[in-house]
Amino acid sequence: MIRLSPVLAFAALVAACSPSPTTDTDLPAADVRSGYTFLTAETQAMQDDSFANPGYLWVDRGAALFGSRAGDAPSCASCHGEGLTGAAATYPAIDAATGDLLNLEGRINQCRIRHQNLPALDYESDDLLALTAFVASQSAGVPISVSTDGAAAPHYRNGRDYFFTRRGQFNLSCHQCHDENWGKRLRGDTISQGHGNGFPAYRLEWQALGSLHRRIRDCDAGVRAEPKAFGDPKYIDLELYLSSRANGLEMESPAIRR
Amino acid sequence: MTSIRLSVPQTARKDEIIELKALIQHPMESGYRRGSRGEQIPRNIITRFECLYDGELVFSADFHPAIAADPFLKFYTRAVRSGTLEFRWTDQHGETWSDTASLSVT
Repeated sequence: MIRLSPVLAFAALVAACSPSPTTDTDLPAADVRSGYTFLTAETQAMQDDSFANPGYLWVDRGAALFGSRAGDAPSCASCHGEGLTGAAATYPAIDAATGDLLNLEGRINQCRIRHQNLPALDYESDDLLALTAFVASQSAGVPISVSTDGAAAPHYRNGRDYFFTRRGQFNLSCHQCHDENWGKRLRGDTISQGHGNGFPAYRLEWQALGSLHRRIRDCDAGVRAEPKAFGDPKYIDLELYLSSRANGLEMESPAIRR
Repeated sequence: MTSIRLSVPQTARKDEIIELKALIQHPMESGYRRGSRGEQIPRNIITRFECLYDGELVFSADFHPAIAADPFLKFYTRAVRSGTLEFRWTDQHGETWSDTASLSVT
């Protein structure tokens, strides 16, 4: 969790009391930069080394789960063969059968219930992270390409609203840090643009692989707002807005992030 | 289910210095941290790593609480004969994980 210094907290309070200087324009597509570009050379090297990158511990585990059967249920590989190259780059996406917006975690759990007759895995469990990381890793290098029209349009609007709404004791929106102040310093850290293209990612702060929702919960806690539950529909809508904002950016999961 | 990743060359010339890499999934909880309710999180660390080349110890390391989660080791040995390399980790409770790789020396 990022803790703001008293000085910064005071500045945030002053900002909250004065007329809002913020705009509501989206990040220009030409400015879009991966979180990778904000890392130190050492951390970039850790991500690039496909052996030393500890995210692959989860990818290996996910590959084993993908090919293994539990009881009479078919394995993931029974239907999907070697894997799902490029699929993760299109999520969150609308499920044709129910009309619900699903992120990758939601899709994997829905597949387990619908086709494998298995219980859903707990969000943020090592098994769900492993399966998500394995499927996402098969889209590494594939540009993000999510659809925001049709049934996804209201979700996109909700997600965008979440991004632009000030919240928490610090009264800050995602937009104020990640659109208006990216590249500047927040205490010892450089503010990134807040893209999710590396998730599930291995965060050095966590010393573990974690989901995008875990990262967003940290941001919400950082502005002293109450974090939503893992898998909350509001977070999935936000995830859709974040992905559309990063459309064209290459997937990097399992990335290393600070 | 603990994930282990090993990197061992499949073949090497006799007397060649070969690079070995080993990564294991482990929280390496230091015992110095506290949880969100203020309770102490108990120490849970790997304390010993050993690499055996055809049963002979060629590299070992003692781990302490300051080592990061998912410890990664890179070290070297001399390829003397075709054989099996065994990598073994033991935690403070005596639980052991191991994995092997075979090396062909020409």
